[in-house]
Amino acid sequence: MSGILVVLEDREGRIGRISWEAVAAAIQLSSIASEPVHAVVVGADTATLAAEVAAKAVSGVIRMDHALLQTYTSDGYTHALEQLIRVRQPDFIVFPHTYQVRDFAPALAARLGQTLIGDVTSIAAGPLFTRQLMQGRITGTYRHNGNGPCFVSVQSGAFRSDSVTSGNAPVESFAPSLDAAQIRTRPGLPFRAAAQTVDLGSAQLIVSVGRGIKEADNLPLVQDLAAALGAELAASRPICDNGWLPMERQVGSSGQTVAPKVYIAIGISGAIQHLVGMKGSQCIVAINRDPDAPIFEVADYGIVGDLFEVVPALTAAIKAAKQ
Amino acid sequence: MKIVVAIKQVPERDAPVRIGAAGRWIEEADLQWALNESDAYALEEALQLKEQHGGEVIVLSAGPERAGSTIREALAKGADRAIHIDCDDLGNRDALGVARLLAAAIQPENPDLILTGLQSDDLGYGQTGVILAELLNLPHSSLILHVEKSDTGITVKRELEEGWFQNIELPLPAALTIQSGGTKLRYATLMGIKRAKTKEVRRVTAAELPVPSEATASLERIALPQKQKTTQILTGSAQEAAAALVEKLKFEVRAL
Repeated sequence: MSGILVVLEDREGRIGRISWEAVAAAIQLSSIASEPVHAVVVGADTATLAAEVAAKAVSGVIRMDHALLQTYTSDGYTHALEQLIRVRQPDFIVFPHTYQVRDFAPALAARLGQTLIGDVTSIAAGPLFTRQLMQGRITGTYRHNGNGPCFVSVQSGAFRSDSVTSGNAPVESFAPSLDAAQIRTRPGLPFRAAAQTVDLGSAQLIVSVGRGIKEADNLPLVQDLAAALGAELAASRPICDNGWLPMERQVGSSGQTVAPKVYIAIGISGAIQHLVGMKGSQCIVAINRDPDAPIFEVADYGIVGDLFEVVPALTAAIKAAKQ
Repeated sequence: MKIVVAIKQVPERDAPVRIGAAGRWIEEADLQWALNESDAYALEEALQLKEQHGGEVIVLSAGPERAGSTIREALAKGADRAIHIDCDDLGNRDALGVARLLAAAIQPENPDLILTGLQSDDLGYGQTGVILAELLNLPHSSLILHVEKSDTGITVKRELEEGWFQNIELPLPAALTIQSGGTKLRYATLMGIKRAKTKEVRRVTAAELPVPSEATASLERIALPQKQKTTQILTGSAQEAAAALVEKLKFEVRAL
């Protein structure tokens, strides 16, 4: 057993950003474990993807092509990657922590008698893997035990994709044996719920509201602040789940990713699913009554207090400042 | 349809988090406990399927004695019976180890459908349902918002990233992990709470289930997160803090 495999995912025909971050994590792991990194691309025809990865500083690229891998299915990916892992016997398999990976990697690891160490934010000597617990309120450090391969997925934004340097890696092919009868699910084409009428991505100022607002009747409080600022109104997932604001105003992993000049998070605790959608903002303001809320870890300015007092005061102060 | 819903009791949201003396887990003594949020949606989906198509909803939970209160809550909402895997060392087992316990308890039930929440709010592995499918050799899908019965099995609505969705057809039996927010949760009625007291809760101990307990991934220690930024906390009354923030936004951020 030796080596590190990093399994990449494409976004509209190109290697996605989070997959490059997974490559960065694999390279960091290789400096700890002194083992080479091979990148794996999966699909019906991965020639373009393989060429893209081969131009980076990895030891090799493995193309895993099969007509039944054209569309993602858990069964297809699990069967195919299981064969590759049994043949190559790597010590580590690294994935980007995407929705797709969350759908199959735990099953793949279990098939090999292992547990995925998922959503990892840093890797240290040992190797030790750190991930978040309790919705980001604490971190936990994990170690892999035993002799089997160690499965790891890395959180979006945790490793630097621009740390992956150029190279010239050889490309090889691995042909998995797959049968249509092994694929038990029939996936349909992706669709969006409704035409997007709000483009939070281009907003310069965003006022975003979370669970702390308590009920829909309290929303005018934040709507007034957004109006006074000339900001777009956004929300964390629970607000949209409750139907208090439309889904298209949701920021986070299942909603929009935003990077405004100023993001004011009101009554948002800052679960990782929300943070990944807004931590690229230039200036983050957090208003929350819980001083330990994870949102304060990414905030530039914080007000620890009751939003029902702070927000009206802020609206008034902004109106006064604009006069 | 016979449906097993795997649920977990977790610390209540916003419960104060203190690191325990050994540095391996949080101090549990003063915590309040609740049904994991996405598991509540899995239970709701199961109850709605039963109302539409008949059948039985069985709640399954692994946890110590205290998990019994969360199991009763699920029974009060309308589940028919429950299986409680008595287990004081959940934290020492990895996702595979816990899924092995659950799978061993599910196997003799032969359900048509297994539902779990997408992930737990405490450990957040987000793997149990997917591993259950693998252990029981069932097709699965994850991050599901809605389940519809079809002639050949089920059609589910799966959440993808960035506001996209996908419908997937699966044969039965199958396993699904349910995302929060797909439907509206019900409250337990007084009648439901009363009835729950007489419903069957079968208890098995982890030791009675023939599964290996060694973990391939172990939690070595926990810590408070390191701050990614230096946060300037603006203090004073609401008015003073608001005024200070406006100053910052105007003169430092230049956003006003």
